[in-house]
Parts: sequence; structure tokens; C-alpha cells
Amino acid sequence: MGLKQNLHKLKEKYAGTKMAPAFNALHTFLYTPNETTHSGSHVRVVDDLKRTMNTVIMALIPCLIFGIFNAGYQHYAAIDNTLRLDPLGNFFTWDNFMLGAWKVLPLVIVSYVVGLGVEFIFAIIKKHEVEEGYLVTGMLVPLIVPIDIPLWMLTVAVIFGVVIGKEVFGGTGMNILNPALTIRAFLFFAYPTWMSGDKVWVEGAQAMAGQPDAISGETILGTLAANGHPVYSLWDMFWGFIPGSVGETSTFLILLGALFLIFTKIGSWRIMLSAVIGAIAMGLIFNGVVNAGWIENGSKFYGLMNETWWHHLIIGGLAFGIVYMATDPVTASQTNKGKWIYGFFIGFISIMIRVFNPAYPEGVMLAILLMNVFAPTIDHYVVQGNVRKRLKRLKVKTA
Amino acid sequence: MVYLIYKFARPWSPAIKLEGLEGVKKALLISIFMSKDIKIKKGLTIKLKGEAEKTLSSAPRSRTFAIRPSDFHLITPKMVVREGGKVQAGDTIFYSKSNELLKFVSPVSGTLTKIERGAKRVIKEITIEADPQDTFKNFGILSPDSSSAEAIKARLLESGCWPFIMQRPYAVIADTEQEPRDIFVSAFSSAPLANDCDFSLKGKEKELQAALTALSKLTKGQVHVGVDKSGSSPFKGLRDITLHTISGPHPAGNVGTQINKLGPVNKGEIVWTVAPQDLVIMGELLLTGKFNPERIIALSGSEVKTPKYYRTRIGSEAATFLYDSGLKDENVRVISGDVLTGKKISPKGHLGYYNITVTVIPEGDDYEFFGWTKPVFDKISTSRALTFSWLTPNKKYDLNTNTNGEHRAFVVTGNYEEVFPLDMFPMQMLKACMVQDLDEMEALGMYEVAPEDFALTEFVCVSKQPHQQIIRNGLDLMYKEIG
Repeated sequence: MGLKQNLHKLKEKYAGTKMAPAFNALHTFLYTPNETTHSGSHVRVVDDLKRTMNTVIMALIPCLIFGIFNAGYQHYAAIDNTLRLDPLGNFFTWDNFMLGAWKVLPLVIVSYVVGLGVEFIFAIIKKHEVEEGYLVTGMLVPLIVPIDIPLWMLTVAVIFGVVIGKEVFGGTGMNILNPALTIRAFLFFAYPTWMSGDKVWVEGAQAMAGQPDAISGETILGTLAANGHPVYSLWDMFWGFIPGSVGETSTFLILLGALFLIFTKIGSWRIMLSAVIGAIAMGLIFNGVVNAGWIENGSKFYGLMNETWWHHLIIGGLAFGIVYMATDPVTASQTNKGKWIYGFFIGFISIMIRVFNPAYPEGVMLAILLMNVFAPTIDHYVVQGNVRKRLKRLKVKTA
Repeated sequence: MVYLIYKFARPWSPAIKLEGLEGVKKALLISIFMSKDIKIKKGLTIKLKGEAEKTLSSAPRSRTFAIRPSDFHLITPKMVVREGGKVQAGDTIFYSKSNELLKFVSPVSGTLTKIERGAKRVIKEITIEADPQDTFKNFGILSPDSSSAEAIKARLLESGCWPFIMQRPYAVIADTEQEPRDIFVSAFSSAPLANDCDFSLKGKEKELQAALTALSKLTKGQVHVGVDKSGSSPFKGLRDITLHTISGPHPAGNVGTQINKLGPVNKGEIVWTVAPQDLVIMGELLLTGKFNPERIIALSGSEVKTPKYYRTRIGSEAATFLYDSGLKDENVRVISGDVLTGKKISPKGHLGYYNITVTVIPEGDDYEFFGWTKPVFDKISTSRALTFSWLTPNKKYDLNTNTNGEHRAFVVTGNYEEVFPLDMFPMQMLKACMVQDLDEMEALGMYEVAPEDFALTEFVCVSKQPHQQIIRNGLDLMYKEIG
């Protein structure tokens, strides 16, 4: 094993120098280190943070591949509407893939290069190891932005998200807000015209605006918010042949990802399940409001409120957010009871924001960020329950 | 009616006499909810290769014996015997600098040859060269049935048996001043490759009974003994104890788990814990007047050629039994204790004061190509992230000492809780210890725990944090500031 020996020698050489964290990050990518236990438990489980993060990335890969095809498909389908008659037949084509790959891969590369670059710099300055948190964030970011987002905007947002969202708190494991959503929220508020409306979801729509052959593609939520009727069938929504952010359209693949994460015990089923319950609860409440006749047909909330409760689960980024972002263990509630509460409110508030904020009709990002902020509070009260039990026990004893 | 309840509940709670009606209520609750049959649900039994075969050999007599003061946490030794001094088995070698009553005695008769000191002149190891035959200091016979608590306590202190009594909070040698609320003995171990006490205590009923009767006089509470539900423990026929049958995965056999289920430690309370083989030494002392610290150790682990049980003594050279059984490889980790809580010793080192297991496993000081991403079949995992130990729950594994990853901040949540049966929040506790928040530590239940309770969470930790060390530091801080 020549490579192993050579890397080992290099590691010894770099040990203690400034560049050691950077070198070790690359070294440990190739080889699990020769580190042994010293005291305490002399044996350890095989799982480490790299494996954990890698599992989440594996769950995201189908969404990425689908997103690449969908980028091409939405572009060509916007030009030639007849393609939509047979989505499956016209979806997995070479043209779709080439166009999609041409647009999506740069997003992935920029996200990783910029994000990991910031991580490496901070690791070197603060003399700690490069932690794996960004591996997942870097994959999430390209999947939750519109296809046409300029790369410089993405760069600015990633730097903002990693520095302000994570590193200022102390890096991986210490952050309050989900870094990927911090990045998206930055884009959302800094460049709203690139993040919403009917011109951003289909490749080329922005560039061709105003021309005779202009194309547009409105998301289903956008249509509903304008009290319109979506042209897509429920099956299109479920399989994901609809416009939206790059990787979040296919509820089917997200569902597969969710099952994989739950099976591998990497994602919290408590959060996923309770978030779905929360979303259904809010959907049912709104349906009830409409049925009771409290909202008139002309109201600006009517379209979204009237949407059948379970349709909410397959449109917009809700499913993607619940499965891949709400379950981020660092920013979610850390107690099992807390996870139920945290998840429920993510689902509940997502649908609420969706309906009451028709200008930017997707609530899951803001709902998760909001609950990220409340997660420590939820945990505090859950833990206090245990503490109170202990105090009560003491009182009974001393009384 | 009340009388009936009283009669029904009485055997479970002597405290009832002192507490009147409140005691009746409590006893009733205890008899209903606190069954003597305890089932632990959360945990993880780690199955490793190299279980000790149930045959007992006598290890050759060790040439030297060593006492490491670091085995007695937070004790600063004050030497009584100088280098070159002669000792009998049972002669005091040193006492605690902070408490002269707390004596530590020689496990063997011979000549004290060396006091090895480390930084700041801290005594690291005291070596005694053994005589060919032991001579014992005679402490005199003391019948536990007819002796007073004071006499028993005095005898345990002067004979060096007191250090076998540990206390919670703080997981240190019991305070000689305070009376314990209860005394807990776990009569079995569920740790990987651990000593099977049902085997190693066979025929020791008399000694155990003497020690338990003596201990029962030192507390107003009870002596709780937890035995394995499926085993045939020698404790089952003994008196002066409250017997509980325990079942479930590791850490069911940890005394900390049993305390948490039977009667958790509250602020201001003290409970004692004693290990079963230590009871035998105590019992023999009371019955014969001799301090005869014999150990039946389980020599186990995948690197041992013929893993089996050995009769040896506290402080013996590990080599006496290691090379009798033979080791398969040079590059091994010899652990005095089990793989989850033991201390690393050199093959030429000595058996720890409290250990009844010696485990030898391969060192894991090698790199593994793409070890973090490839599917794994030959190591244990609590996830299913391309790890397949969930497919073969009965397979025995050959684990080495590799950490399988680097130290990281806490990221993953919920996996400690799966293996942690105590009614508290492990991650929050660890964080409270790390930031040295005494109020939070107290509120979360720090008085109830010992480092060993966090051995399993340490084992499953994805971030490879040193849980037991964190808890130890937290306990030490509390002891310094509060205790």
C-alpha cells in the first residue's frame, strides 16, 4: 500500500502546521484515520459523522438526477406544450439531461467549492478539523434554488449562509439555523425577483421575457395564490413533472428518500411524521373554514384555502423541507418529545404561511427557520419536565 | 384494611415504621409499581468474540504485585511503609491524606520494592515483591450477626476493606462519616465478555452472607441485590437482602441502572455500591480475620488463545495468566476490566484493584481505505447506514480499538437515548458537564450517575466524544465545589 504509507508520512510532516486541518480533511476522505481509543470505551461503533452525512447525500442523489432531467423538460415543455401530454415519454431524454446538467451542475459545483472553501479557511484559522456538516448543506443548496439563479448570487448567499449561519456560532453542531435555509432565505430577501414570480422556475424564462417566443412557468402555488387553476394533474405533482426549485418537485422520490433515511435511522421519523400531521391539520382547518362559508370565492386566500388538504403535501417544497431540512439534527429539537412538537409546528405553520402570504406562496422555509429558533425553547421545557420529576421526588422524600 | 396493606407491603419497606401513614402509601405504591422483577428495555448487548470458557485454573503466583493509587479516584496516598519495608497481607501501605481512617492494605506479603512517582511527585505505582508463601495479618474473627454497626465499620476500615465500598453521588470510595440510604449490589454483569458472577462466585455463599449481613447493619435502608433473571445466582438463597431479578440488554447489569430503577439518588442522599467479588473478600475477612484478596478473573477477548477463568490476586502481574493462555498477536490492547470501562495496561502490567475481567482485543492503529463510505459487515453499528450488523443480531464480532472516525461536535441526536435506560437526558447532561454548569448538572440528575453509566452512549457516539471522561470531570468538579 504505497499510497497509504505516503499519506501517513505526509500527515506526520504536516502535523502541527497551519495546513494540517486542510490536509487531514483530504486524508480522512480517503482513509479512515488510524486513531485509537485511549480510555473509557475501548471499542466504538463503526458510524461516524462522515458516514451519517454521506447517507443523507445518498438520499438526495435521486432528487438531483430527477432535477437535472426536470430542468430540461420544463424548458422544452414550456416551448412546446404538447410534450406535457406524455410526460413520462418525453422526460428521460438526452436533450433534457444535457440542458439540465448544463444548468444544474454549475450550481452544485459553486455550492460545494464556495461552501467548502469557507469551511477550510475557518478550519485553518480556528485550528480545528474540517467538519462534515457542509457535505449535506452543499447538496441541499442547489436543489432548493430556482434553476436560473445567477452563480454570483449563489456565491454571495453561500458565503453569507456559511459564515453568518454557521461559523460565527462555532461551526458544525453549534448553529441555530439550518445553513441551507439560511442561504435560501438570504437569496429570497436579497433578490426576491430571482426567487419568486412566474419567470424564474423554467430555464430561459427570464432571458426570453418580452420576446415574441417568451415562455413562462408558474408554480402550482403561484397559480393557486392567484386563485387560478393549475394545469397539472395530481399525478404530475406526485411524480414531479412540474416547475419548481431544482430538486424539490418529485414527491415520489422525496418519499423514497424519507423511507431510506428512516430505515437507516439517520433521519428522525418523529419529525417527518409529526410535520405531515401538522400540515394535514392546518389544511383541514382551512378546508373547514371554506366549507363553513367564512371565506368568499373572491377572497385572495380562497384559492389556497380551498385546495384539498392532502394536495398541500405534494405541491411546493413542503415535502422536501420536511424530509431533508426539518430533520437536520443540529437545528431541530434534540429531545424525542420535542421532536414531535417541533415537527408538528413546522407542518402547521408551513401551510399557514402558504395561505396567508400569497405574494411568496411557500411557507416551509420560513416555518423551519422559525421553528429552528424555537427548538431550544421546546427542548428546555421537555427537559424541565424531567427536572421537575426529580425535584418532586426530593420533595416527597423530605416532606 | 390499613393493617392488611401494612402487612402486605411491610417486607418491601422497613421505612414504613418510621414514616407512618405516608409510609403506608409509599409502600403500597412500591408494591404495585416497583415490582421486584425489573425489565430494562433500552440498551445494547454487545456480542464479542472470545468469551471466557467456564473452566477455572490457578494462575502461577505473581513475582511482583502492584497497587496503583489512580484506581482509587480522588485519593491522595500518604505512605506508611517505605521502600524496602516488609509487609504482610493486610498491612496498611498507605492511607488517604484527607482521612486517616481510610486505609489501603497490601494484597500480599513481601517487600515493598518501589514507589514510582510521576509529575509533581504523584505516586503512580507501588510495587511489592512477593514472598513465596503469604503470611497474613490477623484481624480476628468478627461475627456479623452479633456485632454492632460500629464494630463492623471499624473492622472494615482497619482491614482495608472499606475501599471496596463505593458511593453515589460522585462515584468515589464511600465517605466514612455518612450513613447510606441504601446499599446496592449488582450480582451480575451484562458488559461484553464480562465475568460471569454466577460461575465465579460459586461456593462463596458463606462469605457473601457474612458480608451482606454486616453491610445491612450499616444502613437503615435495605441491601438491594440485583440478579440476572435467567441465571442461577448464589445470592438467591441469601438473607438480609432484598432480591430483585433483572432482565434486558446491557446495561441491565450496571449497578447504576438498577439504582435508577429501584430508588434513584436524590440530592443530599448517599447510597453505597459494592461489587460481588469484593463482598467475598469482606466476608472472608469477617469469618477468618484474614485479608485475602483473591480474584476469579475472566480472561477474555478475541486475541486470547484459550479464554478462561483464572484464580489470582489483586495486583498480580497480568503476564502470569496472559502467557498461560497465550496471545494470538503482538499488536494487542490489554484491558484491565471490560472493553467498555476498563483501563489500558501493558501486557507486563498489573491487574487493577477492582477489576475481575481482563480483555485482550486487537489494536486498531491502521488506516482503512474509504472506511467511512463502504458497506460494513464486520463491525457493530446502531444505524443501518450501509452497515449491516442489524441483519445478524446474534453474530459475535471481533472489534478493535480504532475509533472509526474522528472527534467531532455533537451532531446526531436521539441515538444515545436508545441505549440509555436511566430516566434522564444524556446529551444534555454531557453538555452541562462540558460547560461546567453546576446547577444544570444537579437538576439533570448528576448525583445519580457514574462514568460507567455513559459507557454505552460513548460506544455508539457518532461524534466520538469521550463521554466517560466528560462525566468524570463533571463529577469531580461537583465534588470539589459542592461535595
